[in-house]
Amino acid sequence: MALRFGILVFPGSNCDHDTEHVVANVFSQEARLIWHKEEALGDVDVVIVPGGFSYGDYLRSGAIAQFSPIMQDVVRFANDGGLVMGICNGFQILCESGLLPGTLLRNDSLRFACRWTHIRTEQTSTPFTSAATPGQVLRIPIAHGEGQYMADEDTLDALEANNQVVFRYCTADGEVTPAANPNGSARNIAGIRNAAGNVLGMMPHPERCAEAALGSEDGAVIFESLLKGTEVAA
Amino acid sequence: MFHARIFVTRRPSILEPEGRAIKQALGTLDYDEVTTVRMGKLADLEIDVAERSEAERIAEEVAEKLLANPVMEDFSVEVSPVETPTAA
Repeated sequence: MALRFGILVFPGSNCDHDTEHVVANVFSQEARLIWHKEEALGDVDVVIVPGGFSYGDYLRSGAIAQFSPIMQDVVRFANDGGLVMGICNGFQILCESGLLPGTLLRNDSLRFACRWTHIRTEQTSTPFTSAATPGQVLRIPIAHGEGQYMADEDTLDALEANNQVVFRYCTADGEVTPAANPNGSARNIAGIRNAAGNVLGMMPHPERCAEAALGSEDGAVIFESLLKGTEVAA
Repeated sequence: MFHARIFVTRRPSILEPEGRAIKQALGTLDYDEVTTVRMGKLADLEIDVAERSEAERIAEEVAEKLLANPVMEDFSVEVSPVETPTAA
């Protein structure tokens, strides 16, 4: 049976169709775009909050989207243990909604960063990374102006202690260095999960590198993990 | 009717890159006396209630819920009466 993905669409989302394409055409799963004015997700197994510039990034990235009607049901879905993944602006929205700790600040360079990066998979015991090998390095693009992950030291320590740091920016060889950090993120953090483990947020774009034609297939492992997880459950 | 002016600023512990860039520019203009610049946001609200205390309560609430992100920002609120409201 196909996995049912719900992909949220806000005014200003621009990675919604890319994500839909990967889910439906690359992985042959069910993909449904869900307009932010909807009040219920309906029957879905995974919710993806895609990248883009919801509400033009007014006020703060993700700040206004958190109050869209659909987000109440996303919070309920997440609190019930449903799988939710936020990519780029989706990560920002999940932080603003309180589903993930911390926040994303302006890149320390003050510039929009659109380029390939490498990230190291720090946790493979998550539904989003179970198909990856521990420490696996993914070649994956970023495209953001506000991707500097920040939280207070206590929160960062708690994230480390609870194994919630899922991805860190690294060199092609998997070394976590300041030079490999494209935006000044605390502790090179590129992606985190919540304490329960069912919500993931990441700044890089796995949907932009899930096919050989796009220069890297490394992002596919995240979608493969989601499929693998549901096979185990079934 | 009351006017509420809400200032949102980055917490002092948080690096504020925009202010840092502006300070650098002021340095090139020879304003060496300016040692710190921190940028923030300003929101002007008109609130249609009879009591000042009610306007203050609403302004504080919207600042907390939406205008500021407590993870990285602080806010302050100033409330004053409005004689001639601005049309929306």
